[in-house]
Amino acid sequence: MHMADALLAPAVAATMYVASGTAAVISVKELKKDDNADKLPTMAVASALVFAGQMINYTIPGTGSSGHMCGGMLLSALLGPHAGFLSMIVVLTIQCLFFADGGLMALGANIWNMAFYGCFVGYYLFWRPIMRSRLMDKSGDRNTRRFAIALASILGCIVTLQMGAFSVVLETTISGITELPFTAFCALMQPIHLAIGLVEGLITSAVLLYVYEARPKMLMDVELTPAEKGSRRSLGGVIVTIALLAVLTGGVLSHFASESPDGLEWALFGNEEAGYSANMGLNEEHYGVSSSAADTASGIQEKTSFLPDYAFKDSDSAAGTTVSGLAGSLMVAAAAAAICVAGHFFRRKTGEGHGTA
Amino acid sequence: MNKIEQSISELYEIDDLAAGNSMIHRRSALAKLAVTVLYIILVMSFHKYDLPGLVPMVFYPVILFQLSGIPVSLCFKKLRYVLPVVCAVGIVNPFLDRSPVLYLGGVPVTGGMISFLTLLLKGIFCLQASFLLISTTRIEEICAALRKIRVPSMLVTLLLLTYRYVTLMAQEVLVMTQAYSLRAPGQKGIHYSAWGSFLGQLLIRSRDRAQQLYSAMLLRGYRGEFPHAQRAAGGFPDMAYTLVWTAFLLFLRFVDLSTLAGGLLI
Repeated sequence: MHMADALLAPAVAATMYVASGTAAVISVKELKKDDNADKLPTMAVASALVFAGQMINYTIPGTGSSGHMCGGMLLSALLGPHAGFLSMIVVLTIQCLFFADGGLMALGANIWNMAFYGCFVGYYLFWRPIMRSRLMDKSGDRNTRRFAIALASILGCIVTLQMGAFSVVLETTISGITELPFTAFCALMQPIHLAIGLVEGLITSAVLLYVYEARPKMLMDVELTPAEKGSRRSLGGVIVTIALLAVLTGGVLSHFASESPDGLEWALFGNEEAGYSANMGLNEEHYGVSSSAADTASGIQEKTSFLPDYAFKDSDSAAGTTVSGLAGSLMVAAAAAAICVAGHFFRRKTGEGHGTA
Repeated sequence: MNKIEQSISELYEIDDLAAGNSMIHRRSALAKLAVTVLYIILVMSFHKYDLPGLVPMVFYPVILFQLSGIPVSLCFKKLRYVLPVVCAVGIVNPFLDRSPVLYLGGVPVTGGMISFLTLLLKGIFCLQASFLLISTTRIEEICAALRKIRVPSMLVTLLLLTYRYVTLMAQEVLVMTQAYSLRAPGQKGIHYSAWGSFLGQLLIRSRDRAQQLYSAMLLRGYRGEFPHAQRAAGGFPDMAYTLVWTAFLLFLRFVDLSTLAGGLLI
């Protein structure tokens, strides 16, 4: 998911630098407040580990391919969101400087796409609520606790990777680099990263489960003080919160999606309703491609696209868009549920594996 | 050579290059950083169809490669990370944007081809610029320059520590994967039953070692910040380096050298 400099316009790169820089400054301030300087070497080791760990190939059972692990989620579970974020920044900087993996000016965007979502969203939306839920309270029932850790890391990886992939699409499209329409680009990126996220989540959960068995104190929020234990909430509450957030984001995002044309469309056709004249004088009905093959292709695309342009066919109303956003949220929720089942199955398997390994 | 060995040798290679002593190596890190950032921003700012305008930007890497004596071939090895991503995004351009912009001997050249080429060149140029920065500047100097532009010391120290740990950790992982593959012949990668224990063990062991190391650092007088060794910063040569490059790069950006040169020919 590392973006190269060539994929961004300077304005977009600068914006992402500002966004990531602000998050970094806040993280440094938060860490200074804690004043535990001995965290620094642990952070350095953890980020070096993520770096080295990403070079290991993990065989995915049943397929010939291999996966990597999800750095952001692992680091925030081990160090907390702020220290994890700084560690991820360092990993991405070294990858960018020494391995040309991602560009120097695109670093801001890469930090946002991979470190911000992985650390902050992953921690505050998944790790902490699930670790502080009553699921972790059943003392003696280690299986339930193991399930909670696996659940948090798999869900966290999948969702944060989806957000990252979506940001990549958004940033590239706004920069006007690719001719690929926004929706087609999304349709290409999101499913691929769903698969990657699942595999990364499984690897991350395996590592975190091992740490939990061997050294539970190393994990954030796993061993709470008695006062914190009193404020445990049921997992039902957590799920409802996440579901509400998903529905809200879907609703809000989809409203914006149709409100204004995306960067590329805007550049080509302008936004006449908003008072801009057509930018390149192109007509949206007949632009660029006008061969018969292209007509057939667009015909096929129109027939096959599910929720084209995130709205119902023949519907221009805002209601239609929000319905599509909600439908999308539901699909994500369904996918997440399916993944939970898969995670449960996997967890049982690794449980046996540990016994024999 | 496997992936881990290759990464380790690449890191050492860059370390060796950065320890060189050429005219470019001697410039202060801050000057080089500023020029590199300006160059990348200018390259990024070219319009997607402005291929003729972009091509003259090749002068910067070409001149620097010559002055610093860094082998060009090394840089092209690194393109294997950048090109797939850039190609994946740009490859559809020639297929989607098929309006001909000019005819070369009767063969139409489409907008998509131009924008794809522009994208590729941008990718290559930006990579070369950051490669030149890192292969002519030691990491300690870059960290010192970052401190000078007020990057928090925590982040800079973390970068320096992590950079030193990365090779150690990669070597450790190399030993572990070799040991694993010797005991599991014919198996590609790590079996899922060992996913957790493999990295988990390394994590726990390394953390213990890092804490001992940190105690050792404290005992030797570490107070939260490394004294950054610097080459004599500022001075006339560094100022001149920055100003000359800034003027030249701005000239390349705003004067269409290709069209002017073409005008002489046709």
